[in-house]
Amino acid sequence: MSLDIDIEHARGSFRLVAQFAAQPGVTALFGRSGSGKSTLVDIVAGLIPPQHGRIVIDGTTLVDTDRSVFVPKHRRRVGYVFQDSRLFPHLSVRQNLLYGRWFSRGPGGVAGDFGSIVELLGIGPLVERRPDSLSGGEKQRVAIGRALLAHPRLLLMDEPLASLDEQRRAEILPYIERLRDIGVPILYVSHSVAEVARLATTVVLLADGTVTAVGPVSDILPLADSGDGGSVVEAAVARHDEAFQLTILASRAGELHVPKLAAPVGAPVRAYIRSRDVMLSLQRPVDISALNVLAGTVTGLVPSGAQAEVRLDCNGATLTARLTAKSVQRLALAPGRPVFAVIKSVSFERS
Amino acid sequence: MTAEEWTAVRLSLLVAVTATAASLLPGIAIAWLLARGRFWGKSLLDTLVHLPLIMPPVVTGYLLLLLFGRRGPIGEFLDQTFGIVFAFRWTGAALACAVMGFPLMVRAIRLSIEAVDTRLENAAGTLGAHPLWVFATITLPLCLPGVIAGAILSFAKSMGEFGATITFVSNIPGETQTLPSAIYTFTQVPGGDAGALRLTAISIAISMLALLGSELLARRIGARRVAT
Repeated sequence: MSLDIDIEHARGSFRLVAQFAAQPGVTALFGRSGSGKSTLVDIVAGLIPPQHGRIVIDGTTLVDTDRSVFVPKHRRRVGYVFQDSRLFPHLSVRQNLLYGRWFSRGPGGVAGDFGSIVELLGIGPLVERRPDSLSGGEKQRVAIGRALLAHPRLLLMDEPLASLDEQRRAEILPYIERLRDIGVPILYVSHSVAEVARLATTVVLLADGTVTAVGPVSDILPLADSGDGGSVVEAAVARHDEAFQLTILASRAGELHVPKLAAPVGAPVRAYIRSRDVMLSLQRPVDISALNVLAGTVTGLVPSGAQAEVRLDCNGATLTARLTAKSVQRLALAPGRPVFAVIKSVSFERS
Repeated sequence: MTAEEWTAVRLSLLVAVTATAASLLPGIAIAWLLARGRFWGKSLLDTLVHLPLIMPPVVTGYLLLLLFGRRGPIGEFLDQTFGIVFAFRWTGAALACAVMGFPLMVRAIRLSIEAVDTRLENAAGTLGAHPLWVFATITLPLCLPGVIAGAILSFAKSMGEFGATITFVSNIPGETQTLPSAIYTFTQVPGGDAGALRLTAISIAISMLALLGSELLARRIGARRVAT
C-alpha cells in the first residue's frame, strides 16, 4: 500500500496544508482537536473535495485538482470507521456487515470472507442482533468488520475509541493490533499518545492545519505530547508476575515493571513514559517504592521557563524527564553527567 | 343506500387512491430535492409546490381548467398526442385531488428525509454504494414513516376535496361526482337529508379507517426497527 497526499484546503479562517506519504502499516494522524486531522481523513475518503492538490493510492489517482480528477466516495475503495460507529439502525448486524459486498469490485484490497472477519473481530454471537442492542465496543467492532468486508485498499479510522470508556478501549485495541499485524493498511486519527504509541508505525504530526513532522513513532511521539512530552521505549514482555499483577518488560534501558498486560511472553510492546513521571537521582536510590530505576547519561537540556526537559541516554534508549529549573541547578545537571531515572510503575498508562 | 350513492363512494375511493399513488413518486423526488438539493430556483420550486395550499381551491380548479381543459395549452397537447383527456373525466378529478394533496405529501416526506442522518448516507457511500442505491437502501427505509404519513394526508385530502374538483371537472354523477360533490348535491334538493347523512357517515368511516391503517403500519415499521 502506498498513499501520497499533497493537498491544500481552506474553510473560513482555517487552512489545512498537508503533504506526506504513508508507509505500509499504521500511519497515525496525531494532533489536538481542531488541528485538521478529521478534515484530512474526510478528504481522503471523498466526503470533502479539497480545493487544491492530489491524492494517490497504490498508483490510482483519487483526486488531482490540476487535472480535474475527482473519484467519488463510492468508487474509492477506502474503508472508513467513524468515531460514532454509524451502523444502519434499520438493518441487522449481519446486513450491516454485508452492506458493502455488492460493491467491492476490483483487485487488491483487504482479503477475507464473512466468516474469517467475523472470527477475527469476535463478533460471531452478535450477527443476528440489531445495532441498538449492542454496547459501544461491540458497535465499533461491527463497524470495523463492515468496513473490512467492503475489501478496502486502505482503512481510515477517525478516533474509533474516543467515545468509549477505558475498559471498552482495552477490549478493542487488541483487534486493531491484529489488523495491523495481518497487514491491513490503516490511517489512524487520534489525539491519544497512549493509542498512537501502541498502534502506530509512522506518525504524522498535525498542528493548526499544518504537518509539522513525519516519521517513525519513536522519533515523532516525544515531539507530539503537547502537554509535557514523553518518550517511547521499545520493549518485549519478559515475564508476568501473577502475584502482584505486574508485567516485566525487557528493554535496552533495562527491566521495566508495568501494570499487568494481556500480551504473551515475548510479544513486542512499546512503553510510553511521560517526562513528568520521571524523577532523576545522582545515586542509585535504595529503599524506594518505585520499581523502575534506570541508569543513563544526560545528553541534553531544554529549559522552558521555570522548568526544563532533560534528555537521557539509557544504553541506547532515549528517555526524557521534566524537572524544575531549581532541581536542574541543585543536581548540576549537564550533558555527560551520569544519573538514575526513577519511574513509578503505576504511572504507566495502560492502552 | 341507493346505487347512485354507492357509485359516488366507489368513485371517491378510485379518485383518492389514483391521486395518492400517482403523486407518490414525484412527491418523494421533489421532497428529496427540497430536503437535500442545492440548486438555483429551490425556493421558487418550494413556493410552487405550496401554491395549492395557500390559494383558494376554486382558483386552483380554474387554473387547472385553463391549463388542462380541452382547449388549454397542456390539455390540447395531451389530447392530440396521447389521447389523454382530463376535462370532465374522473381522471381530471384525480388530477385536481393530486395537486391539492401534493403540498401536504411533500411536506411530510421532506421533513422525514431531513431527519435522516446524512452521516449514515456518507457511511453507505464509503462502503461503495452509488448515491441512488444509498437512497433506496438507507434514506428511503429510514424515512418510510414520513412517506406513509404523506400518503395518508394526500388520501384524506383527496377524499374531502371539493372546490378544485367541482370547478375543474364539474359534478357529473358516475363520472366526476365524488363523495363531497354528492353530499353537496343532496343538500341542494328537498328531502335529500337522509342521503347526505348516509354519505357523511361513510365519509367519516373511511377517514377513520385510513388513519387507523396508517397508525398500524407506522407501528409495525417501528416494531421491526427495534426488534432484536
